[in-house]
Amino acid sequence: MNALTAPMPLSLPAASPKPPRLWPRRTWAALLCGYAALVVLVPILHLAVPAGSALHVSDYTLALAGKILCYATVALAMDLVWGYTGILSLGHGLFFALGGYAMGMYLMRAIGKDSVYGDPDLPDFMVFLDWKKVPWYWAGTGSFAQQAALSVLAPALLAFVFGFFAFRSRIRGVYFSIITQALTYAFMLLFFRNQTGFGGNNGFTDFKRILGFPLASPGTRVVLFALSATLLMGALVAARALVTSKLGRVLTAIRDAEDRLRFCGYDPIRFKLFVWTLSAALCGLAGALYVPQVGIINPGEMSPANSIEIAIWVAVGGRGTLLGPVIGAVLVNGAKSWLTAAFPELWLVLLGLSFIAVTRWLPGGLVGLWRRTARRAP
Amino acid sequence: MIALLAALAVLDAATLETLARGESAEKTRAVSALVAAGEVRAAPVLRALLEGRLYAGETGPPVIEEGGALRDALTGAASAAAIEELEKVAINNRLRLLLQRGLGLLALKSAAPADRLQAARGLLEDGDPDNLPTVESALSRETDPAVREVLSIAQAVLALGHPDPVRRLAAIRQLESAPGASSKRQLQQRALVERDPAVLAALQRAAASVDGALRRAELVGLLFGGLSLGSILLLSALGLAITFGLMGVINMAHGELLMVGAYAAWAVQWAFRKGAPGAFGWYLLAAVPASFLAAALVGVLLEVTVVRKLYGRPLETLLATWGASLLLIQAVRSLFGAQNVEVSNPAWMSGGITVLPGLVLPWNRIAILLFAGAVLLLVHTLLTRTRLGLLVRAVTQDRQRAAGLGVPTPRIDLLAFALGSGIAGLGGLALSQIGNVGPELGQGFIVDSFMVVVLGGVGQLAGTVIAAAGLGLVNKLLEPTAGAVMAKIVVLVFVILFIQRRPQGFFAQRGRAVDET
Repeated sequence: MNALTAPMPLSLPAASPKPPRLWPRRTWAALLCGYAALVVLVPILHLAVPAGSALHVSDYTLALAGKILCYATVALAMDLVWGYTGILSLGHGLFFALGGYAMGMYLMRAIGKDSVYGDPDLPDFMVFLDWKKVPWYWAGTGSFAQQAALSVLAPALLAFVFGFFAFRSRIRGVYFSIITQALTYAFMLLFFRNQTGFGGNNGFTDFKRILGFPLASPGTRVVLFALSATLLMGALVAARALVTSKLGRVLTAIRDAEDRLRFCGYDPIRFKLFVWTLSAALCGLAGALYVPQVGIINPGEMSPANSIEIAIWVAVGGRGTLLGPVIGAVLVNGAKSWLTAAFPELWLVLLGLSFIAVTRWLPGGLVGLWRRTARRAP
Repeated sequence: MIALLAALAVLDAATLETLARGESAEKTRAVSALVAAGEVRAAPVLRALLEGRLYAGETGPPVIEEGGALRDALTGAASAAAIEELEKVAINNRLRLLLQRGLGLLALKSAAPADRLQAARGLLEDGDPDNLPTVESALSRETDPAVREVLSIAQAVLALGHPDPVRRLAAIRQLESAPGASSKRQLQQRALVERDPAVLAALQRAAASVDGALRRAELVGLLFGGLSLGSILLLSALGLAITFGLMGVINMAHGELLMVGAYAAWAVQWAFRKGAPGAFGWYLLAAVPASFLAAALVGVLLEVTVVRKLYGRPLETLLATWGASLLLIQAVRSLFGAQNVEVSNPAWMSGGITVLPGLVLPWNRIAILLFAGAVLLLVHTLLTRTRLGLLVRAVTQDRQRAAGLGVPTPRIDLLAFALGSGIAGLGGLALSQIGNVGPELGQGFIVDSFMVVVLGGVGQLAGTVIAAAGLGLVNKLLEPTAGAVMAKIVVLVFVILFIQRRPQGFFAQRGRAVDET
């Protein structure tokens, strides 16, 4: 009996004797240069270069870049489940927003007496609802450590429970995508209600300070920006370690032939559940860094449309690659913030076209295109 | 005294003089006499007096100000008097009350049924037992059925306070036979002050019976609301069930096909209004093929340019069709503007039918229910009784074998996709009759229609019908206790949990293609 149920050792062809490092030296150098530019150069250009200079990084640019770094982390998390494991999630915006809400709760409590109604304990929207004290699930939200932990744990727990049941029932493919969409839609409706206790329609905004540092000050903003860059860099390294490991190969095998893997004696549920939960936790962390930089979180972040947009970041950059999603998130969001201001009616057309064009002609995304031309060139 | 009253009971120069320049007590007497005599011609003057539009100078006839112009109060002819030289005729609170009631009583004798209906409602709300004789005499004259109904309820409500217990019992029986929220309230209020034990027992019995009737009406209303929502869900999901069942393709632009159908209905309505206003009531007949064809055309375009090229890659199809939906939204925005357009119901669809006391079913909802049934019947016949249907079912169950037997699968795909899209267009037509028509119309229906299809299972119409009706009913039955939003959330969570138990939906598809989704 045991001999039958024990996983058969999966003999993978040894690609190289032992990969000495995650990336080739040149890629490492490029990555570290990029990271250094983000955490050293950008802060200098923001803080030290005078506002009139052409090299000055303005408040707006810094906030936008920080926001896009958070999006890039989300895209990376999405790529782990979609590009590598073949699970298309239409609910990653939910995990991102949950992380954001967890941090937002702390930021709301940190406003303290500076709120419009001046109540030292209750956030404005609760005073407005005529609540006398914070509800039980707001207990301890004044603690930064608790909320930071919650911003990872809440989305991870939700993903774990949801994934456990869904994967166990062997819900796959488009069915799984649709169910994740229904989940995020249900949460959006829930958070839109005023009685739910998360600020309803308006969500959380008007934050003043984090850990005592004023959010409006350049120093705080630069630190948050550098943290976002560090999170992205860390996530990239961790993801690379994951996908090059044996575990990562099992994930790819799930994507390519789940049934065959199961017949080999592996239990795909555990692997899927692991990467699914990890991805949700990473999204939550990105959300927690996103909220203090953008200054607002509302249920609109949970709308199904937002979650689908995450998929297009990954698809444009290149599924199943690690740099692809990052490039895609930067390009699409850069184009979005420029076009929605300059040509608002053009943005939706471009977004719609890129969905169609990438799926039809560029299944490998930009990275795939680059690899193809690079291979053909010599 | 009687002679004096008789003299005051007609609206003539002398009466007008009293109303305009008399003492308060005289005015009161004059108004009472006019009302008691049922002098309908006095109504405009009394209304002007009530609203502070009756003016009188030191001398000369009193005038009524109306929309800036002055008219003689008696003859209605234009007056040459200047308003600066006149003074507003003052009234005190007692007179104001008297005027309000008196105008109501006079309106009972108005020639227009709408005025009489309003007056009768006013008397009912007023609940003054002194008006009983007036109500009864009005009831004996009244011919309009709607006014009669209100008057007879008013008669019963007023008679609840009658000193004669026999009259009170009769009134209770009458109220019991016409249950409504107001009759329940009246019965309960009377029960608080009633002394006669027999009447009290009758009151309590009647209140309980009215309460039961109201609850039944509420339940029937909820069931109807649920079925109505179900029919809308069915119309929006039926086309999706066909395309998804056939190709395993999730068409995210399905909601936008609904929107295209709704805009087609709007265009037809606009054309009728401009070209043939006389036949406006019939525009829906022309809108049915127009909506179907418009959406089917867009569907064909979508199939040829996107869906066909991505065959066998369902996740990519999902994303590409989402892209197509964004393009459609923006196209409609650019063509017709971002604002909602107005689609008006034809006259025969407004209003409703009273099936139970206190329960009115709107005609447009009934029409949509019937329309959904007709579309369902059509689709069913098409799928089971025609050659196209046979081929569609063959391709759905086993694509490769069907192709091997010579079925032109690409053409069947195209035709089925066009059919599914056209049905979505019909759904859009139905939606245009009950809600706003705007570029974002379809977005609100994606999640709902997917839930219906996923819950019902693929490839069987019965599953789709049961899922649509079931979701509609559960949603509406939960609404009174949980509220609309929570009901929706509960339903979504239920579907998510249900799918865990039965991933293939209510009706699992039988065939060889089951595992491929």
